[in-house]
Amino acid sequence: MDIILLLFIFTLAAFLGFELISKVPSQLHTPLMSGSNAISGITIVGALLATAATAGSTFATVLGVAALVLATINVVGGYMVTDRMLAMFKKKEDK
Amino acid sequence: MEQGAIVNFVYIVSSVLFILGIKMLGKAETARKGNFISALGMLLAVVVTLFDKNILDSADAVSWGLLFGGLAFGSLVGYVVAKKVKMTSMPEMVALLNGFGGLASLLVGWADYYYNGVFKAQGIAGAVEKTVSGDVPMFTKIATILAILIGGITFTGSVYAWGKLSGKISGKAKVFVGQKMVNASIAVAMVVASVAFAVVGDANTAHYWLIASVVLSFVLGFAAVMPIGGGDMPVVISLLNSLSGLAASAAGFVIENNVLIVAGCLVGASGVILTVIMCKSMNRTLFNVLFSGFGSAGGKAQGKVEGEMKPMSTDDAYYVLEAAQSVVFIPGYGMAVAQAQHAVKELAGILEDNGAEVAFAIHPVAGRMPGHMNVLLAEADVPYEQLKEMEEANRILEMADVAIVIGANDVVNPAAAEDQSSPIYGMPIIEAFKAKTVLALKRGKGTGFSGLENALFFRQNTRMIYGDAKATVNDLVAKFKES
Repeated sequence: MDIILLLFIFTLAAFLGFELISKVPSQLHTPLMSGSNAISGITIVGALLATAATAGSTFATVLGVAALVLATINVVGGYMVTDRMLAMFKKKEDK
Repeated sequence: MEQGAIVNFVYIVSSVLFILGIKMLGKAETARKGNFISALGMLLAVVVTLFDKNILDSADAVSWGLLFGGLAFGSLVGYVVAKKVKMTSMPEMVALLNGFGGLASLLVGWADYYYNGVFKAQGIAGAVEKTVSGDVPMFTKIATILAILIGGITFTGSVYAWGKLSGKISGKAKVFVGQKMVNASIAVAMVVASVAFAVVGDANTAHYWLIASVVLSFVLGFAAVMPIGGGDMPVVISLLNSLSGLAASAAGFVIENNVLIVAGCLVGASGVILTVIMCKSMNRTLFNVLFSGFGSAGGKAQGKVEGEMKPMSTDDAYYVLEAAQSVVFIPGYGMAVAQAQHAVKELAGILEDNGAEVAFAIHPVAGRMPGHMNVLLAEADVPYEQLKEMEEANRILEMADVAIVIGANDVVNPAAAEDQSSPIYGMPIIEAFKAKTVLALKRGKGTGFSGLENALFFRQNTRMIYGDAKATVNDLVAKFKES
């Protein structure tokens, strides 16, 4: 893929990221952090490719599997703890 | 439509779900749904990647076993830790997960280079044609080394932060003579190894430089977090969070995958914003937080204060609270340490039944991670309407009868507003001193994270209640119940 195109996408995503959450109530700082932390586990996609698209090279596959396990823990653990925290933020009348 | 296009189309859908998810995470009403939507985006991305041409062409039975085995094992571990972790351990949990993400990106970059650079250059595998022998483009090499450096620093930095937050190692800033020189040398060595990796033509030699870069990035991650003290952890965690996103983004450039680039970059940007918010709440620059070794003075009291600390018994405190019409709780890290949030919630309930208005004043950097106090109080079922951010809290405090400071210190130090010579001068604080009476629950006479004496504790209207915060609050609760 064209390098310039990739950089173009990166730059736009950076601006979008800054715009998206300019003002977040402090109550949501932790969930936002752990929720976005789970998103950074997107590297799981790279880990899947490194695991299964490296046929023949045991070393590369081992690196891939290690990446896959770590990224999966990051993703599953990250989303679940975020959900646990957000489930606690209830309004008074909900109870 | 060809298959590659379908995969990429689904990646676009995933990216949109991530964007919506992050946006919704920023608002209280939609946050939980937002997290779910972003998880859906992740699930889509994972599933569609299994249909990637590179995997379908290359994977044999063993590969599929490894894929599903890895996913299953990782999910199981993630599930168990997420279910078991206590709310009080949330800061170190987030730090650790973050470190895993960083290490995963490093490994992705490494695996890609080893396969496309070193392995293919050997040309031994029947399936792989030698035509592409070790010819990795410069751009890919740069992206690879960035994924490795950022991922490596994120990993060990997060693990060190995890150790500090969980109390496995001292939370104090560790500084030694010449530390800056040592750290700078490590950084320079790391950059040299990285450049060598990028410019060396021979794949095997380059791979050695890559390994050197991995090791040096690990060392730098440790070394960089070492001189940063516990009270500055909110900044460190949000910065590491941002870095793990950037590492994923760099890995996306390596494998030329849009969804990695977009999602990683979004996380990078949102992490930067949180980092800036945290720094502003302390009126310090990021540079100062990272490199000054703040708080390493280690309990040496500084700052001039007049008057003396006046202790009070819980008996007298009971009468003060009994008569109060408006009470503001100001929690800090000490409340987390004493795990007093449930007791505090009970006391708050009793005070409300007694006819008092109750609010909680939350400083943005109170605790060890952004929003730490909110999580703890939410766990204790404090309704979030009672949780007030700094500005609103300060308006309430002007009218308040009693402010109860529970294990908070620097964030209520009036020196930040009044004493120009104070190191924390200019830091926005919760103005506890404006309340008619201030009750400060504190373990002993020691100073806070900054090592400063707190002028608040010497004020005319302040009374100190020494002892474990949880025991003190329980004691007060018992007194209300007796009467």
